[in-house]
Amino acid sequence: MNFTAPESLIFWTTIIFVIFFFLLKKFAWKPILVAVKSREESINNALKSAEKAKLEMQNLQADNQKLLQEARLERESMFKEARDIKVKMIEDAKGEAQDQANKIIEQAQAAIESEKKAAIAELKSQVANLSIEIAEKVMRAELSSNDKQLKLVESMLGETKFN
Amino acid sequence: MVIAKKSIKLIAILIFVMLPFFAIASDGGENKEFNASELINDHIGDSHEFHIADWHGHPISLYLPVILWTENGLTVFSSSKFHHDNSGEHVVEVNGQEFVRHNEVIYYADKYETLSEEDKGAFNFEARPLDFSITKLVFSMLMSALILFLLFTAVARSYKNNKQAPKGLAGFMEPLVTFVRDDIAIPNIGEKKYAKYMPYLLTIFFFIWINNLIGLIPFFPFSSNLTGNIFFTFVLSFITFFITSFNGNKDYWKHILTPPVPKALYPIMVPIEIIGIFTKPFALMIRLFANITAGHIIILSLISLIFIFKSVFIAPVSGAFVLFMSILEMLVAALQAYVFTLLSALFIGQAVAEHDHH
Repeated sequence: MNFTAPESLIFWTTIIFVIFFFLLKKFAWKPILVAVKSREESINNALKSAEKAKLEMQNLQADNQKLLQEARLERESMFKEARDIKVKMIEDAKGEAQDQANKIIEQAQAAIESEKKAAIAELKSQVANLSIEIAEKVMRAELSSNDKQLKLVESMLGETKFN
Repeated sequence: MVIAKKSIKLIAILIFVMLPFFAIASDGGENKEFNASELINDHIGDSHEFHIADWHGHPISLYLPVILWTENGLTVFSSSKFHHDNSGEHVVEVNGQEFVRHNEVIYYADKYETLSEEDKGAFNFEARPLDFSITKLVFSMLMSALILFLLFTAVARSYKNNKQAPKGLAGFMEPLVTFVRDDIAIPNIGEKKYAKYMPYLLTIFFFIWINNLIGLIPFFPFSSNLTGNIFFTFVLSFITFFITSFNGNKDYWKHILTPPVPKALYPIMVPIEIIGIFTKPFALMIRLFANITAGHIIILSLISLIFIFKSVFIAPVSGAFVLFMSILEMLVAALQAYVFTLLSALFIGQAVAEHDHH
């Protein structure tokens, strides 16, 4: 191996390396390391905030779920209430109608009864009048001759027992 | 379309694999005996000029400046003045001083004459001026620093305009940066203190990696074996040592100077601990140097097989092995950068760790 001159290489290596080192340190390594580090931090922060957002999202979703559940329950209860009201209303209506009907029927019956009574009474009075007229006419016809009158007196007397 | 793309890729890979063959094929020339170890030494070593290719026996090179600290002061001239001579024959005269070059070491011409073969070498400071030349490796280092600087300032700029997910270049580089942070710095240094050392760890990681990769690309302006050079790895591991020692807290030094063992063992343990301060960066230095150089040597040896056997039929075999090794070396390039950075982080972590007392 040709050792040209140890002092040359040692001298130049030292000089070049030291200058090279300080130049690189100032113009390359510092900016690069700072940039890499700050970017790493920003990436970490971004990941952290993404994680946080995810958690928030999950919370939000859970909230939504809960709200939805509540709404569903409320709707169901409302439905139930409505159904109850409907049934009750129908029932009430039915009851009222029944009452009304009963009342009307009762009134009708009462009316019929009174009409009937009146009719009967009228009928009675007419029958009485008619019977008197008939009796009058019959009497007249029966007692138109003396014979007949005598016969009647006789029959009546015959009937009458003298005690 | 897909098939066309694939075949283009295949051809591109083949050309890249074959390129060093052309370079070497033109290296030896007709009359010279092929010498594999010389060739390998040339390729893994340093030089004053950047050899690009040979054209009709004439080498084409990028001539880099030679900067010498001589007895008369600073001297600068182009390496073209040596006219590719590396045997110490061609004398170059600059400012009244004469120099020769032998095996990529520049000597004073007059002193070189008197040197025996064993005295020649890079460590003979008597016979040569201090050499601060911009050599091939220094050139390559400057280039890699420039590439990295442009690359990462572009990445840094893209963050200014883009606050969202990274895209393009930043998207590609950011995982690497966060890898260094999350898998190297934080586990070894700790959440509290890692930030201070991040710039250093990132710098050595990418600096070593890119230079490992540059060394694997077999043509100009790449192919230099910078991270496989022990002086380069020495400087890097020395910086780690420096940071470790100067940031070491009370606990760290207490553990070294008064280790938690019976006092009778101090004469053994304290020297061991003190040696340990130095062996850690020493291991760093050797590990990177040896791994990268070994990879280069293996690839070059496989290519040299063709010229040793002097047969074209070896070429496919050795080409296949070189392809395999190149892919393996790409893994090693990243791995060694990782290991160097990891161990640096570990040593720093040990030095700054706060013990809960044991």
